[in-house]
Amino acid sequence: MTAPLLEVRDLVVEFPTRRGVLRALDRVSFDIAPGEVLGVVGESGAGKSMTGAAIIGLLERPGRIAGGTIALGGTRIDNLSARAMRAIRGRRIGAIFQDPLTTLNPLLTVGRQLAETMRTHLAIDAAEARRRAVGWLEAVGIPAAAERIDAYPHQFSGGMRQRVVIALALCAEPELVVADEPTTALDVSIQAQVIALLRRLTREKGTSVMLITHDMGVIAETADRVAVMYAGRIAEIGPVRAVVKAAAHPYTAGLMASIPPLSHRVDRLPQIEGAMPRLNAIPTGCAYNPRCPHAFDRCTAERPELIDAPGSRAACWLFDTHAPRARADA
Amino acid sequence: MPDAPVFEARDLSRGFDVSRPALQRLIAREGRRTLRAVDGVSFAIPRGTTLSLVGESGCGKSTVARLAVGLYAPSGGRAIFEGADIAEARRSAAQRRRMGMIFQDPYASLNPRWRVADIVGEPLRAFGLASGAALAERVGGLLRQVGLSPADGARFPHEFSGGQRQRISIARALSSRPDFLVLDEPTSALDVSVQAQILNLMMALQRELGLTYLFISHNLAVVRQVSDRVGVMYLGRIVEDAPAETLFTAPRHPYTRALMEAVPDLDMAGRTRQPVGGEVPSPIDPPPGCTFHPRCPLANARCRAERPALIVARGTPGTLVACHAVEEGRDGAA
Repeated sequence: MTAPLLEVRDLVVEFPTRRGVLRALDRVSFDIAPGEVLGVVGESGAGKSMTGAAIIGLLERPGRIAGGTIALGGTRIDNLSARAMRAIRGRRIGAIFQDPLTTLNPLLTVGRQLAETMRTHLAIDAAEARRRAVGWLEAVGIPAAAERIDAYPHQFSGGMRQRVVIALALCAEPELVVADEPTTALDVSIQAQVIALLRRLTREKGTSVMLITHDMGVIAETADRVAVMYAGRIAEIGPVRAVVKAAAHPYTAGLMASIPPLSHRVDRLPQIEGAMPRLNAIPTGCAYNPRCPHAFDRCTAERPELIDAPGSRAACWLFDTHAPRARADA
Repeated sequence: MPDAPVFEARDLSRGFDVSRPALQRLIAREGRRTLRAVDGVSFAIPRGTTLSLVGESGCGKSTVARLAVGLYAPSGGRAIFEGADIAEARRSAAQRRRMGMIFQDPYASLNPRWRVADIVGEPLRAFGLASGAALAERVGGLLRQVGLSPADGARFPHEFSGGQRQRISIARALSSRPDFLVLDEPTSALDVSVQAQILNLMMALQRELGLTYLFISHNLAVVRQVSDRVGVMYLGRIVEDAPAETLFTAPRHPYTRALMEAVPDLDMAGRTRQPVGGEVPSPIDPPPGCTFHPRCPLANARCRAERPALIVARGTPGTLVACHAVEEGRDGAA
């Protein structure tokens, strides 16, 4: 085992509000190995984007890290000054967001944005930066890169813009890329192109990727491991094949089953009753217990930590071999 | 089909004027420009069935949805509801109450200042179908029918989650006892577990009430679950029109095949999908001939010059397809 590149331990993010403190992330822990693609999935409000924002140091105020640590390459980065974090963002951690139009500066040509990013972080001169910028546009598959380098973001289509954003995130050769819903705004045919591109480039450079998305299909074909989030906690984490094909946590199983299959028609889609709790009303014990078909008394009383389950690790008392359990359906 | 279709589109077209302002046109010496969002689309939906239109953004599927309920007037062809032109049908309140629409964004389609009971009861009041205690009774029944409680009527839309709001939209659409509903991406803004709830509800209501649906979606997997018949749209035209089962088991148009190939599936773990090359061209200036030819692996000189008609596919009699390669048997299938 090589040392992990990113180590997140017991991360807690809180939002102080007039009606009390809301806990958006509640003791989230995971690692990303060098070169690994970790998928993070969950429904809206599960905390997946919040986790990404905490790692790149872009939590929206008044949100703040209230506990735990984030370490990159063995050094803590969660307690750095804004200035020190800026030097890491872009250089060591790249970011790709859902909407390329809000990532790109509309007033600067894409070439200038690429060149400035590289010159901020790498010791190269203007001519070299421009030469590399053309190279990056070619690498992300922009036709006639040498001419398009002086074009503005609005002169590109949505899929092409997202390619530029990928070039921008990778051009300073970071060790980790946090990609938050990178293909959600794109049509399926374009989505496949962009995912293939992201995968190829990060593999070539050995870059680690944290891929945040609600689309299990994208995770299934891209990620090595996947973390499933629910109500600000990790419900299950493990190799993508195990989690997708044989989910341990009842929430993951319910989530996978509710995805309409393309391969056949079903009479009735399996559905999870109810909805994810709001942050101000998270149940005690396991946050999923009111919706869980297997819940028993311990689930309402005590919060489960991640426990070894067949194929993955799941925060579910069903897999606790050290304590007596009583499955409601057994 | 012994029964007349509830809704029929006959060579339906709709263009939008996207010209620059007059002075700029004069300076640049250019004429008016029209975007043909929908270009000669024909289909019919038999009573109690679902026809889905599927395609990528800009293919014109949402424009067809708006044409179907009369929110847009066609610039060519006809949209026919129960045998009458939609504009004519909408002049009669008795006909108008028989059609409804559900939109994608349940945050934008409900008035935030109205209580849920008023939102759901509004069509009943507007059409004079109920008032007073009978109206309250009916609203309570509708809320129960979509899986909410009658007590929810006293609350405001912001107190509900996205899925519950979409249930409110469905209750409102059902309140005037319609026969025909147009659903424009009804689950695209929802999480998957909630999407399953809404799709199950829609299908149960269709069986219960004999509703006829025009379902618009970009999601092929969702379309497969709900449809009896599917039309695949590309740049304003239907390129393939087939019974749902046939479309998914024996897709014929190269675009349909590429689209299916591009969908990420859970079975994909460890596999790479084959991306379709290129992008959807601008509908303002579509390519000549078959509009898919710049991205099509089977394109030849005829495809670049001559627009293919939507005709019965060689080898798949239930399917209509607009493709020279299929017609000439060059597609390597069937």
